[in-house]
Amino acid sequence: MRAALTALTAILLVVLLLMPLAVVFTEALRHGLDGVLDTFAEPDAIASIGLTLIVAAVTVPLNAVCGTAAAWCIGRFRFPGRGMLMTLIELPLTVSPVISGLVWVLLFGANGWFGPILNRAGIQIIFAVPGLILATTFVTFPFVARILIPLMEQQGVAEEEAALTLGATGWQTFWRVTLPNIRWGLLYGVLLCNARAMGEFGAVSVVSGHVRGQTMTMPLQVEALFNDYDWVGAFTIAGLLSLLALLTLAVKAMLEWRIGERGGPLL
Amino acid sequence: MIRQSALPGIASTLGLTLLWLSLIVLLPLVALVLRPWELGLAGVWQSITAPRVLASLRLSFGAAALAAALNVPIGLLIAWVMVRYRFPGRNLADSLIDMPLALPTAVAGISLTALFAPHGWFGVLLAPLGLKVAYTPLGILIALIFVGLPFVVRTLEPVIMDLPLEAEEVAATLGATRAQIVRRIILPALMPALLAGFGAALARSVGEYGSVIFIAGNMPMISEIAPLLIVIRLEQLDYAGAAALGLVMLVASFAILLLLNLLQRRMNIRHA
Repeated sequence: MRAALTALTAILLVVLLLMPLAVVFTEALRHGLDGVLDTFAEPDAIASIGLTLIVAAVTVPLNAVCGTAAAWCIGRFRFPGRGMLMTLIELPLTVSPVISGLVWVLLFGANGWFGPILNRAGIQIIFAVPGLILATTFVTFPFVARILIPLMEQQGVAEEEAALTLGATGWQTFWRVTLPNIRWGLLYGVLLCNARAMGEFGAVSVVSGHVRGQTMTMPLQVEALFNDYDWVGAFTIAGLLSLLALLTLAVKAMLEWRIGERGGPLL
Repeated sequence: MIRQSALPGIASTLGLTLLWLSLIVLLPLVALVLRPWELGLAGVWQSITAPRVLASLRLSFGAAALAAALNVPIGLLIAWVMVRYRFPGRNLADSLIDMPLALPTAVAGISLTALFAPHGWFGVLLAPLGLKVAYTPLGILIALIFVGLPFVVRTLEPVIMDLPLEAEEVAATLGATRAQIVRRIILPALMPALLAGFGAALARSVGEYGSVIFIAGNMPMISEIAPLLIVIRLEQLDYAGAAALGLVMLVASFAILLLLNLLQRRMNIRHA
């Protein structure tokens, strides 16, 4: 019985989870290394990699700082509306990616509330880089806070109160006591936030406008190449994103071992 | 009302959190709630009851519910084996379970399409059976099973870990068969978690876009999911219509999650 169930599980994991990963790399290498190198010789492909890095470089630090601030006030204090605040912070997790992009078009699109005014001022948000950043920030908003809040609640305030009693200022306490205590959790949240920021498709697809070489992140470039029947190109960029996913999973396993918790959430 | 605490920083951190939350999450969602009504009540009704819209909603919610339901037994099996058994490669398997969450949806979409296309690794095997997966509603189901599976497994694992082995041992000494133990002791104890896993997988699948659109075929009335219809309406500059459909999806998913939550709470009380 035990052997049968384990074997069945192994088959399911290979068929459902491993094969979709494996096919990415075999399709990318269908024409050998030359096909891969040809894809990276395209300026549009390089531009999409650069844009993905820019979007993540803006989004992740912003959400890390605000997520840590949210974890400080929710994890360290009791106040009315605290539960409601947590629910609102996690809200983007249950919203469809397409809706996460749609809401920004409703605000800043050509027919949006603020779109026409900003357009006259020469500011374009939708179909431009700021829209990509806003949509990605919405989608990755909860990641850091939802990892740090339970961690900080569990750690308690004793060490920080001791530091304050000994005469440390608030900032000193944060940098010398709190941050070292939450550093692995923070890194964990940043890791998940970054993975989603670089891999997001639905939300950025709605606000991007698909201008090649200008508003295409890597996942959008994958779609464009796939629709052009450039399978090797599409799977090469997809392979790069898959390597990022594998790296994320490896670092995640390492961090879980550090935090001392197995099988944590990865949403 | 704020509890007396020696720690500083509540005002500034709470202020920053509320500001960021309002700008990035609440203001956009307010637009989603308000914009449909530009059409008037009758206009909104007409916009969300068009046959093509209803077909897409039926497909999105139906396929998501079916995929989540299929993920319950699959996820239960995987979670059970992961928690109760030790076998070589277990750590690798544990990381693999998170793969659908770490893999960008567009990558999952094109790789599932490549697998199930008529000449793909799986497509070749299924074609003689007369099964067409890619570019049919069946493909949508496969994609949603892929993205939803980790939610069921990760919800069940901690609960299985906490199951008291004594109850199973006592039942066994009293002469219960393994099948009886599973049916009378293990499954009832897991019921709330199974429901929670189903709900989490469903919530993720209903709005799923990237992993679905490549394999779906996107035929209006047949394999066109609701999120795609939102994209199409936006491309036609029908903002109010897109917002109306988005709002319906959001309200419906919240209603379903709330219902599942209540059901789960009732079960927990009965078991306590």
